[in-house]
Amino acid sequence: MIDYHALAPEILLTTTVMAVLVVDMLPVRKYWTAVVGLLGLFVTVIPVLTLGFCESLDFCEATGVRTMFGESYVVDTFSLVLKGLFIGSAFVALLLSVGYLESDRFWQGEFYFLMLASVLGAVVMASSRDLVTMFVGLELVTGPTFLMAGWRKGDARSNEAALKYFIIGVLSAAVLLFGMSLVYGVTGELTFTGIRQASVGVLDGDLGGLFIIGVLFTLLGFAFKVSAVPFHFWTPDTYEGSPTPVTAYLSVVSKTAGFVGLLAICYLAFAEVATLWGAGLWILAALSMTVGNLIALRQTNVVRLLGYSSIAQGGFILVPFGAAIAANASGADLEEAFFATVTYLLIYAFMNLGAFAVVIAVGNRLRSAEIDDWSGLFNYSPALAGMLGLFFFSLAGIPPLAGWFAKFVMFRSVLAVGNTWATALAVIAVVNSVIAFYYYSKVVISAFMRPVPDHVPAAELRHYKTAPSLQFALVLTAIGVILIGIFPTLVAEIGEATRTFASGF
Amino acid sequence: MEWFENGWGLSLIVFLPLIGAGVLLAIPKANEALQKQTALLFAGASFVLSVVLAFAFDFGEAGIQLGTRLDWIPAINSSYHIGIDGISLPLVVLSTFITLLAIIYSWEHWPEPHNPKAFLILMLILATGMTGTFVALDLILFFVFFEVVLLPMYFMIGIWGDRNEITVPVFNIKTQMRLYASIKFFLFTLFGSAFMLLGFLALYFRGGRTFDMLELAANGAEGMLGSGLAFWVFAALALGFAVKVPMFPFHTWLPDAHTAAPTVGSVLLAAILLKLGTYAFVRIAIPILPDQSQNWAPAIGILAVIGIIYASLACLAQTDMKRLIAFSSVGHMGFVMLGIATMTPIGINAAIIGMVAHGVITGLLFFLAGSMSHRYHTREMARLGGNQKLMPIMGAILGFTAMASLGLPGLAGFWGEFMALLSAFSPAEGLSTTLFRTLMVIGAVGTVLAAGYLLWMLQKVNFGEPKDEWAGHEFHDVDKWEMAAWAPMIAVTIAIGIFPRLVFGATNDSVVELVTNAFRGLG
Repeated sequence: MIDYHALAPEILLTTTVMAVLVVDMLPVRKYWTAVVGLLGLFVTVIPVLTLGFCESLDFCEATGVRTMFGESYVVDTFSLVLKGLFIGSAFVALLLSVGYLESDRFWQGEFYFLMLASVLGAVVMASSRDLVTMFVGLELVTGPTFLMAGWRKGDARSNEAALKYFIIGVLSAAVLLFGMSLVYGVTGELTFTGIRQASVGVLDGDLGGLFIIGVLFTLLGFAFKVSAVPFHFWTPDTYEGSPTPVTAYLSVVSKTAGFVGLLAICYLAFAEVATLWGAGLWILAALSMTVGNLIALRQTNVVRLLGYSSIAQGGFILVPFGAAIAANASGADLEEAFFATVTYLLIYAFMNLGAFAVVIAVGNRLRSAEIDDWSGLFNYSPALAGMLGLFFFSLAGIPPLAGWFAKFVMFRSVLAVGNTWATALAVIAVVNSVIAFYYYSKVVISAFMRPVPDHVPAAELRHYKTAPSLQFALVLTAIGVILIGIFPTLVAEIGEATRTFASGF
Repeated sequence: MEWFENGWGLSLIVFLPLIGAGVLLAIPKANEALQKQTALLFAGASFVLSVVLAFAFDFGEAGIQLGTRLDWIPAINSSYHIGIDGISLPLVVLSTFITLLAIIYSWEHWPEPHNPKAFLILMLILATGMTGTFVALDLILFFVFFEVVLLPMYFMIGIWGDRNEITVPVFNIKTQMRLYASIKFFLFTLFGSAFMLLGFLALYFRGGRTFDMLELAANGAEGMLGSGLAFWVFAALALGFAVKVPMFPFHTWLPDAHTAAPTVGSVLLAAILLKLGTYAFVRIAIPILPDQSQNWAPAIGILAVIGIIYASLACLAQTDMKRLIAFSSVGHMGFVMLGIATMTPIGINAAIIGMVAHGVITGLLFFLAGSMSHRYHTREMARLGGNQKLMPIMGAILGFTAMASLGLPGLAGFWGEFMALLSAFSPAEGLSTTLFRTLMVIGAVGTVLAAGYLLWMLQKVNFGEPKDEWAGHEFHDVDKWEMAAWAPMIAVTIAIGIFPRLVFGATNDSVVELVTNAFRGLG
């Protein structure tokens, strides 16, 4: 018996994907494909909500965690929260795309079809609890994005972005699959719970070493996906070359999908070797923060700067994983770390999408993403400059903007362990958040404190109107960033609800 | 008035300016008169309420009062816990008072580029951050307010600041003073406060899983935090606070920030922002980590006195009037820190009256420096001579304020310095009497030097004949907006000088209780 309620989000999303294709064939303006996509995403949220608040709804049969297909597919609070996050982020990313695609002769229906298919993959990933489903979900997320990255066909840099991304994507998939096959080979299990149970015996036997190699390769595969240093080199080029809405999508939805896979595999399948992945991700976290931030300091292009910033932010998101490095970390400590990662991801989505929305809005006006060209933005477009300050300082973690709470829970998760290594990671993170402020403020200084350059027609730009869809996206994310910053409990409660996911320790 | 005493009054004082900032956002940019009136209304209401607060305050009660505690972020055990005692009351009133005067002063004095709307919004956000810090009783709430002040001040310095070209030392980059000073200010403070946040978290995990200052203080006095780790926790907290104060050797952002900031920015920075750091020492460091405070007290005392002497010498080397006043702030905050380092009720009382006095007096000095450089278009003291003849009223006020600043008995500045030195004569039990008496002597030399540089400044700026370059210039003496902003400050300086009970009456009981509670476990 199939639980259709539990599968409703996936079913609705698949229907939307099809509907977009159909509308694309109808003799209507291509604009309507986007409308159908947005409506579809909106409708998809409804079953996510009814599942989430099942206990307080009359028609819903509360069954707790819904497990399907031989423990391969699970709908629990964690997966619902992440599904909500994916759908919400995709909604904003789609809003960002509408104006962008309309502004030039781009293929539209195909674009939305690909983006929604990619979102479907992310939604599947949030629920998948075995290696194969997880892999299929991940490939569904990445596959369409290879094409989306090259959407500006006439632009060599967009082609370069797509090709680079494709080659690295294929390589990382191979690495990931190799790791997974080793894990499957020594444990004989595909489901995460099965792997965990079998790994106890395997680690004591002759094949323990092979299992560990499998774990490391799996982590490596995900490290490419979340662009952790030293597996990050594709990121800046791909981010800069892709159409900006695609970059926004990659840096939020696709990246979060990678983290979701990492969370599920680490905390469920590899729970017995927590110190191992703790140590591995400790190193990746420290490297990503430091290298990402230091290179970001030298950037002169806003999109490229945000590319490095998202590498560094990825490092911050990895920090809580590093807490597991402490052998004495208790179950409560790891729950804390899990909570921190999920909360960070939720806040990151708001502020990073917002930052890209500003980049698109300003980019439309100036046809440039060079920081120097943005000088004096405050003089002719104060509202947009204000938004810029809002999102960039939120990314830097300055209260009372949402980013501070993300940083806070991140620090908290490593200090809770209290071990020397964990504390050292906290100190590295602190130093990095100060460095990060410098380059975020570089853009803000340009926009607020420098004069308008001569070649920028400020008088004309004063009357430039932002596309309504973009305005909507900006307002949505800005309200999120401010509200969460002042009442962090809005996301903290959601993060709290997912905590039980890590309770197996 | 029950609602007022349930924390609503306090919350209104803190958040009225922020609401005002929101209202200002909605006013069209062209309607400047309405913008100014709105800002004045909200800042004024906040000040009036803080005066009402002082009347509602029960001076016989040493503990926290007029506050409330509501859920804020239950997931991390942090709550919206606010309240005041005798230590915070004077500082709350000070910050609403100075904010109001700053808005009055701004009425006709807008720094370039003229944009009153944005400037007023920043000022009001700043006001919320400042008063919020003084009333917060939860570490996370404190942290948020403590950081909220950074952004407005950053923009004030960066947009409306000094446009002179400078070459940044070490990096050898040419840039404008305002850009350099604003980012330096932010990076220094952020660096300190990030470590402070780590310290707060360590307190949370070692001090009974709570961010509540009162609970932490109770646990701290019982020795719950008496491990080796506490040594480093105190170091992390002290780093955050010391950058803000600023204590030598973390003071280097201050002269740049004060000099580059627009007049009102300098005033708010000197009068209130610096107090956030010293207040945090009194409110957080001493009660929660009393034994570590005692371990670190000699180091703090020594740095404080180095700061006093260093700042005085640096003042004597300045040619820029505003920079001289900025350095004098470092020296005055040195006396405040010396008082705190003695860990005695007298010392901490001295610190608080020192903070209030410095807020009013140095605030006034920065107003004067701003108004004078507005008229002369220079801050070079060598060119300013004979001010007394060109602008008699301005000169007289400058003379008065310099006297107050050098600690003339009968004016507000005297009490803080005198009592800080007095308290160093017999520091708390467990601290080396020899060391603190040595510090006292050196500090006393510092007061002489302070008199020296202030009189030197007065002589250069006020006395003598006007320079030839000003011949034929018509100078407009103090205008009505300046007078409206400065007269209350002068009055307060005299009132506190003659009648220090205005401050001590509020602080003393709370200070005694704080010290007794903190050290009763140490014996």
